[in-house]
Amino acid sequence: MASLRPLSRGPFLLLLIFFVFSLSLLRPIQGNGGSDGGGGGEEFSEELLLKPLPDRKVLAHFHFRSAAPPSAANGRHHHLFPKAIAQLVQKFQIRELELSFTQGRWNYERWGGSDPISTRNAKPPGVELWALFDLPTEEIDPTWKNLTHALSGLFCASINFLESPTAYSSPYWGFLSNNGNLRYGALPREAVCTENLTPWLKILPCRDKAGIASLLYRPSIYKGYYHSQRLRLLSSESKGIILEQTLTVVLQPNSYTSSLLSSSDAQLQPSWSLSQLFKKEMTGKCVLAKSSKIFLELERGLLEKIVEIRDDSWIGKFDGQVGSSLYEYKVDNSNENKPLDVGITWKLPLVWSSVHAPFQASRFLMGSGNERGSIAISLQSTQTHDQYFGDLNDCTVPVIVLQVVPWYVKVYYHTLQISIDGKPQTLSDVIEKIQVTPSEDKLLPGTLEIMLRFPCSMLSATLSLDFDKDSYTLTNILQMSYPDYDVSDDSSLLHNLQEKYLVRSYTEVLLVPLTTPDFSMPYNVITFTCTVLALYFGSLLNVLRGGLVRREIISQKDSARPGLVPLYFLGYLPAKE
Amino acid sequence: MAEIRPYWALAAAAALGFRVLLLILFPGDLHLGSRPEVATPLTSLRRLSEGYWLKQSSMSPYAGSMYHGSPLLLPILGPLTAERTDGQPAHFYCSLLFVVVDFVTAMLIRATGQKLLLSRRQSLEYLNLPKLVKNSANINAGDLASLIYLWNPLTIVTCLGLCSSPIDNLMVVLTIYAACSRLAPLAAFGYVLATHLSLYPAILILPVILLLGYGPDAPPAKLFLHKSSNSDGKDPSNNDESRSAVTTHKPVRCFSRRPVVHFMIWVSIWSCYVLFLCSIYLKGLGGLQEMFKKTYGFILTVGDLSPNIGVLWYFFAEVFEFFRNFFLIVFHVNILFMILPLAIRLKHRPCFLAFVYTAISAMLKSYPSVGDSALYLGLLGLFANELADMQFSFFLFFGYIGVSLLSPVMHNLWIWRGTGNANFYFATGLVYSCLQTVLIVESVSTMLKHDRMLRKHVIA
Repeated sequence: MASLRPLSRGPFLLLLIFFVFSLSLLRPIQGNGGSDGGGGGEEFSEELLLKPLPDRKVLAHFHFRSAAPPSAANGRHHHLFPKAIAQLVQKFQIRELELSFTQGRWNYERWGGSDPISTRNAKPPGVELWALFDLPTEEIDPTWKNLTHALSGLFCASINFLESPTAYSSPYWGFLSNNGNLRYGALPREAVCTENLTPWLKILPCRDKAGIASLLYRPSIYKGYYHSQRLRLLSSESKGIILEQTLTVVLQPNSYTSSLLSSSDAQLQPSWSLSQLFKKEMTGKCVLAKSSKIFLELERGLLEKIVEIRDDSWIGKFDGQVGSSLYEYKVDNSNENKPLDVGITWKLPLVWSSVHAPFQASRFLMGSGNERGSIAISLQSTQTHDQYFGDLNDCTVPVIVLQVVPWYVKVYYHTLQISIDGKPQTLSDVIEKIQVTPSEDKLLPGTLEIMLRFPCSMLSATLSLDFDKDSYTLTNILQMSYPDYDVSDDSSLLHNLQEKYLVRSYTEVLLVPLTTPDFSMPYNVITFTCTVLALYFGSLLNVLRGGLVRREIISQKDSARPGLVPLYFLGYLPAKE
Repeated sequence: MAEIRPYWALAAAAALGFRVLLLILFPGDLHLGSRPEVATPLTSLRRLSEGYWLKQSSMSPYAGSMYHGSPLLLPILGPLTAERTDGQPAHFYCSLLFVVVDFVTAMLIRATGQKLLLSRRQSLEYLNLPKLVKNSANINAGDLASLIYLWNPLTIVTCLGLCSSPIDNLMVVLTIYAACSRLAPLAAFGYVLATHLSLYPAILILPVILLLGYGPDAPPAKLFLHKSSNSDGKDPSNNDESRSAVTTHKPVRCFSRRPVVHFMIWVSIWSCYVLFLCSIYLKGLGGLQEMFKKTYGFILTVGDLSPNIGVLWYFFAEVFEFFRNFFLIVFHVNILFMILPLAIRLKHRPCFLAFVYTAISAMLKSYPSVGDSALYLGLLGLFANELADMQFSFFLFFGYIGVSLLSPVMHNLWIWRGTGNANFYFATGLVYSCLQTVLIVESVSTMLKHDRMLRKHVIA
C-alpha cells in the first residue's frame, strides 16, 4: 500500500529532470543558424537556467552538452567534440566520469534539497572525481592513476594527488551500484579558481567568446556564494560519448537601489537582470550550437502580481517541477544592438521556501583532545514526508550512508550506534545492508556503506562511530601530498531512496586535529634515545665483564709474571669495581 | 619476615577483593583501556573486539590495521567484550576473567618461589654455609613475589585496564614455573603460547633449556666442584645430621638431556597445534601468512607510532625514512646481543636469567606497557634473598613512582589540554627507560657480587 504512491510519483519526477535538461534537444529548432557547424552527427547545445532563491540570491546554472556518435563512425576526427576528452575516454576506457570543482557549500535548507539542480549539482567543496571503468578489475587502479594525472594536466588542478591509494576508495553500492569498477576520490582542500575554469571553457567549441559562456565574467562569478563547475562524461558503444559541462553559481544581486529606498521596500527581494548579475551582456548565440536557450524558473503564480519579468520575449512557458513555471528564451534573437537581458523585478515582498529533501543531514565530531573522538551523523526530518511518501504510518524510507574516512582516523566499526528519536536501536532492526572496508595504515582509507531503513514518521536519527586518531610522523608530513593533515577527507554522502526517486546530499567537511610530535629537533630525539640504549648496552656489558677482568688480574697477581707488564696495566683499564 | 606465610592468603584475597571492588565501583568510568600506558595496539581489548566484529561479519580479523593479536584470543575474549544487555557493563566478565588470571599467575609465581627456595637451601647447605641459610633464607621469596605481583599498582591497572597483557604474563610465568618443576610438556605449552601471543618471550628458550637441564638456580658449579674436591680430600668434619638428609644425594650438577629433548619435541607439537588452530580459525580469510604479517610483522616493523611509554615510537616518528630499517635492526639486535653474554655469565641461575630477559624485552620491545613492568617486578621478588643488598633500590622505587605519576600528567598536557609538548612526554619515557636500565644492570651486578661472596665463603 505504501509503495504505491511513490511508484506513481517517481517516474513523474524523473521525467521532469529529463525535461529540464533535454527538452531543447527534442524540440525541432526553428531558424537555427549553426546547424551546419556541427558535422558528422556531433552536436553541441547550450542552456542557462536562472532562478531566484528564497534568501535574496539568484541561482544561475549553465549547461553545455556535447555529443559525439560512436567513434567508429568518424574515426579520430572531431568537428565539435573536444578531442582531448574523446582521447581520454578511449585511452582509459571510461564508462562514466564526473569531475567537479566546487567552492562554498550548498545550502540545502535554503536553496533546496530535492530538486534536480541541487541533487545533481550540489557537490562537496574542493575537487570530487569519480569514474566507472570498462576494464578488468586488476587494470582499474593503474588506469585510475593515469586518469588522475591526465585530468590534472587538462584542468590545471592537483587532481594527481588522488592517485595515491590513501586518497580514493571504491564503494560498492553506497555511491552508485557497480561491480567494483567505480573509483571515488575527493580533495576537500583544493582551491578552485580561474585557472580551473579556463581549461574547462577551452573544451567548449566557442570557448567564452560567444554564446551563453560569454556571460562568464570571472570577477562576477567568483564573487558568488557557491560555485561549482562540473564535467560529466557518459560513453557507451551505442550512443557514443556525451559530455555535459555545468557551472552552477549562486550570486547575490546588487541591491543598492532597493536599499536606498524606504524600509518597506527593503523587504523586497532584490531585482536583477542578466547584465546586472554578470556585468556582461547576452549578445547572441554560439554559432556552432544547435540550440541556445535561457530558462527562467519562478514559483508558479508569481508572475502577475508579485514579479515582473523584465524581458517578455519568452517563447514558451512550461510547468516545471512541483510548484514552479519555466519561461524559455531563445538567444538567437539577440544581437549586439538588442542584447537579451532576462531579469525580474519584484513588486511585492514575498517569503517562500525551497523544496526540502525529506531529511537534512549534518555531521559532527564529538569529543575533545587529540587521542580519540567520535563521528556523529544526524538526520533531521524536514516534515515533508507526506509530500514524498504519502501514508506515514507503515512506510519506511531507505537511506544510504557512505562515509569515507582517511587512514589516520581509525574507526572502530563495532561501536556503530544508531538511535531514532533519541532511542538507541538494535542494529539489525534498522540496517538493511552494510559494507565495511576497514582502513589500512598509510595504504587505504576506510569506507563504510550502510543502507538503513527508517520509519517515515521518524523525526531524527543519529549514527555514531568511535575512532582513534593516529599521530603523524616526520616522513608523513614531508611526503604529505597536500597540507591536509587536519581535514577528514570525505564528506559523507546520504541518499534517500524512494523507489526510483533519489536525493543525494553531502554533509560538511570535518576538521580533525591530529597529534603532532614536535618536529623541531629530530636529532635531539635520535641522540637521546641512542644514548639511553648505549648506556644500557655499555653498562650491562661492563657488569658482565667486570668479574672476569678482576679474576684475570687476581690470577695474574698470583702468578706474578713480570714479563707481561703492559698487559697487566691494560687489564686495569676497563675493570669495574 | 618469616611471618609472611600466615598472612599470605589474607593479603592475596584482599588484593583480589580490591580488584573486584574497583570493578564494581567504577564499572566503566576508569577508561583505563584507552590509556597508552596500559593498552598497546597489540593488547588493547578495544581492538580485539573490532577484530571480533570483523570476523563476525565474515571478514578477516586483520582487515584494516586494527587488530594485531593472536587469532586464538578472539573466540575466547571476543564474546566477552561484546555489548551486553543483561545490565552488566560491557567488559565486566572479561575483567573478572583477568582477575582470575592474575590470581593464577600469582600462585604460579609463589610455587616457583618455593622451588627456588628449596633449591637454594639445599645448595647452601651442601656448600656448608649454614650462616647464610640462617641469615637470609627465611624470607619466603615465593610469598613475597606473589604478593608484590598482586599488590603492584601496575598489575592492578593492567588487570582492570582491558588489555590482554595478563594472559601474556600468565604464559611467561607458566613457562618458568613448569621449567622449574621440570614439566617439559607444560613448559613447552607456556613457551609456545607466550611466543605466539607476544613474540618476545621467544628469547626465554635459553633459560628454559638451562632450567630443564640443570634445575633451578644454584651457586656456580665451580663451587660445588671445589667443595666436593675438598670433601673428598679431607675428612668431612662438619657433616651434621641436619644437612645430610637433603644434600648427600645431591650430585654435582650436570646437564641432563632428557627433559630438554622432551621439551623440544613438545615445543614442535604445541606449535604445530597452535598453527593448526589458527589456520582453522582463519580459514578462507587470509590464512597464516596474513597472521604472521599482521602480528609479528607489526611488532618487528613498529608500524603504529601512537604514543606509549617506550622510546621507540617517538624515535621512529622523528627519524627519516631512509634510516628507518637500519634503526629497526639496531633496536631489535640490541635485545638479541645481550642474550649470549648474559647466558654465559648467569647459566647457573636460569630463573634469574629469565627475569633479566623479561626485563630487557619489556624495556626494548616495540609496544611496551606497564603490564610488562608488572611481570618483571613480580619476578624480581623471587630473588629477594640474593638481591638483598642491591644498590639504588631507594632511588629506583621512587623513580618508578615518580615516572608513573608524571607520565600521565605529561600525556594529558600534550594530548588533551594541548598546552604541553610531545617532548615532555617523551622525556618521561626516557627516564623510565633509564630506570629500567639501572634496575637491570644493578640486579645483574648484585647477583654476580652475591656469587662472588659465596665463593669467598666457600674458598675461605
